[in-house]
Amino acid sequence: MNAHQQPTGSAYFISQETAKVESHTLSVLVSNEPGVLARVIGLFSGRGYNIESLTVSETEHESHLSRITIVTNGTPLVLEQIKAQLERIVPVFRVVDLTVRAGQLGQERPIEREVALIKVAGNGESRAEALRLADAFQAKVVDATVGHFIFEITGKSSKIDQFVAVVKPLGLIEVCRTGIAAMNRGPQGM
Amino acid sequence: MTDTADNGNRMTGAEIVLRALKDNGVEHIFGYPGGAVLPIYDEIFQQEDIQHILVRHEQGAGHAAEGYARSTGKVGVMLVTSGPGATNAVTPLQDALMDSIPLVCLTGQVPTTLIGSDAFQEADTVGITRPCTKHNWLVKNVDELAGIIHEAFRIAQSGRPGPVVVDIPKDIQFATGTYVAPSEATASKSYKPKVNGDLNAIQAAVELMATARRPVLYTGGGVINAGPEASQLLRELVELTNFPITSTLMGLGAYPASGKNWLGMLGMHGSYEANLAMHDCDVMVCIGARFDDRITGRLNAFSPNSRKVHIDIDPSSINKNVRVDIPIIGDVGHVLEDMVRLWRALPKKPEKAQTADWWASVETWRAKKSFSYKNSNDVIMPQYALERLAEATKGRDTYITTEVGQHQMWAAQFFGFEEPNHWMTSGGLGTMGYGLPAALGVQVAHPEALVIDIAGDASIQMCIQEMSCAIQHNLPVKIFILNNQYMGMVRQWQQLLHGNRLSNSYTEAMPDFVKLAEAYGAVGMYCDDPKELDGKIAEMIAVNAPVIFDCRVANLANCFPMIPSGKAHNEMLLPEDATDDAVATAIDAKGRQLV
Repeated sequence: MNAHQQPTGSAYFISQETAKVESHTLSVLVSNEPGVLARVIGLFSGRGYNIESLTVSETEHESHLSRITIVTNGTPLVLEQIKAQLERIVPVFRVVDLTVRAGQLGQERPIEREVALIKVAGNGESRAEALRLADAFQAKVVDATVGHFIFEITGKSSKIDQFVAVVKPLGLIEVCRTGIAAMNRGPQGM
Repeated sequence: MTDTADNGNRMTGAEIVLRALKDNGVEHIFGYPGGAVLPIYDEIFQQEDIQHILVRHEQGAGHAAEGYARSTGKVGVMLVTSGPGATNAVTPLQDALMDSIPLVCLTGQVPTTLIGSDAFQEADTVGITRPCTKHNWLVKNVDELAGIIHEAFRIAQSGRPGPVVVDIPKDIQFATGTYVAPSEATASKSYKPKVNGDLNAIQAAVELMATARRPVLYTGGGVINAGPEASQLLRELVELTNFPITSTLMGLGAYPASGKNWLGMLGMHGSYEANLAMHDCDVMVCIGARFDDRITGRLNAFSPNSRKVHIDIDPSSINKNVRVDIPIIGDVGHVLEDMVRLWRALPKKPEKAQTADWWASVETWRAKKSFSYKNSNDVIMPQYALERLAEATKGRDTYITTEVGQHQMWAAQFFGFEEPNHWMTSGGLGTMGYGLPAALGVQVAHPEALVIDIAGDASIQMCIQEMSCAIQHNLPVKIFILNNQYMGMVRQWQQLLHGNRLSNSYTEAMPDFVKLAEAYGAVGMYCDDPKELDGKIAEMIAVNAPVIFDCRVANLANCFPMIPSGKAHNEMLLPEDATDDAVATAIDAKGRQLV
């Protein structure tokens, strides 16, 4: 009888979520030990949180620290819960919601940058056009033959989206993006 | 330190394991041997400080360690082999995670050189147990083994307690390394649980409590975990404030059931007075509980007009399900100490009259006697059986464990716990099969005590193999089965939700429990007559051996009161209202999708 009804995904109660979903960038300082990334990712998949972008790399070799930058989205309550859940993970030192922090510092957003490698193949006019566009977007040529270019571009994700969109008709072959690295403005650390 | 220190500290990985356990105060471990832990078992054989209790299934080892931990406040330790040994441990690990039970699980692993080769009895134990532990480790260097085990104990029992796994490859158990004492081990810097609550927040909470006209204390398993002193402080706080107090399933015993402020358990099968008090209160003080869905009922109708204080050691519990006004992050014991002190220091304490109307409401709700049932002269009512069992065990040092289902709820409703750490049940995960092994763990820790597993006929069969463990280790646990021939709670839900179509909830081929007990070498008893019940219960208690008591009860009794799915606290189904008609329509289409 109820077979056509969708399961609510919620145990016990149905709540209409009315709060607005926001996208936030979190910085997570972790001890660089085996499995730490799996713990963070497992938390997101296990509790049904979204990951829009994730980057990770060792930042302080001597103290074995890595910094994970996660762009996620949710209602303010969910974002608060994500931060608290991340802080429960034993090898996690600190979690800072850079978006919230930027707000506290009176800034619109944290600095968020991404690197992309973009391969474009083509001849003649489209080749020249690709180079002109690369120049306009301040993308660097890092590899080339007579038939192709690989561009390296750094910037906000929106800028990279835009560059990818404009070179697409010129013979876009493949794109590789790093995901977002982010930091708050000002002299203070995270 | 001394000239022999260097040589004295060099030993094999297996020796390190035993030494580390000893140095962490371990006296008992629950386990099952296998290829990948043989070096550790060989060390166990050659020492006498630590007693190993051989279970019959790794799940049993885990629940036994949980029962041991819950009844003593110590860390429970289990030891299992690689592969299937580790995967069988997953259920008790998740159980311990959800109920915040400190557990150290040592697992064997294939040699490091074979990891990843799909070796015999290989499983990715740290991968599998990552989401069901507080933390876990794969030991890759024998020199790190001692430090990791010490850290495992520290993490398991500090902060919000929980299970941890240390996965030890077989070559590490054979390799020689250096032992480091717990005091010299380096602790992870990223793990620093906060135990002291913010004094400003506690002061604000006390001031709010002093203005309350309709207060309620809502306590949970966190009070038990914070140690017996926390229960003492809670009793003091109740005495000082004269607030009514209720508790979750996990928190029973922290405040005595005979206490005058006791409202009984709250939640889905909680008392009318407890749930109504939660719904109508103006100040709610949640102490070591987590607003679980079995407690809150429909969230948008949960205690709509109250200001809420929440004391919890885990920051992620705050605002997870319910928005609170004053969060206090810290150990319940520490926070209660401050709270009691600050309440005493209040310049002006509230007059008694301030809560007089509230207490009058509580009395009218109490008068509903929501746990009442219709007794019978012909069949044993399950509630009656538990009342008689409780009566017969009064004045004894009695520990109760349960399986999961109707019998568990009836035990919580009817037993009446006076002390903390005397009630062991699987709350968060709801693991059928928990009760018997947990009872064994309790009996190991308290050899002289009366330990009873209140069981259902379905649940008991999930870990029945541990009867063999009870016999081997002379653990005279009493298994009191409320046998109604059904998976009673499943049947009750099918009646409520699915037009009484009893799909697969009737156990057609029930074993003869008396013969089963005898087959294991235990004592089997049978009772189906209310008039004989008292005598047989006395007989069961007097036997100094494991007993399976097959108590035949009314088959179709339902567990009431009940907050049907999707309903609020003030929409409880009470026993006297639970006519067949009301039961059939208790849950609407929306509620049917819920669990």
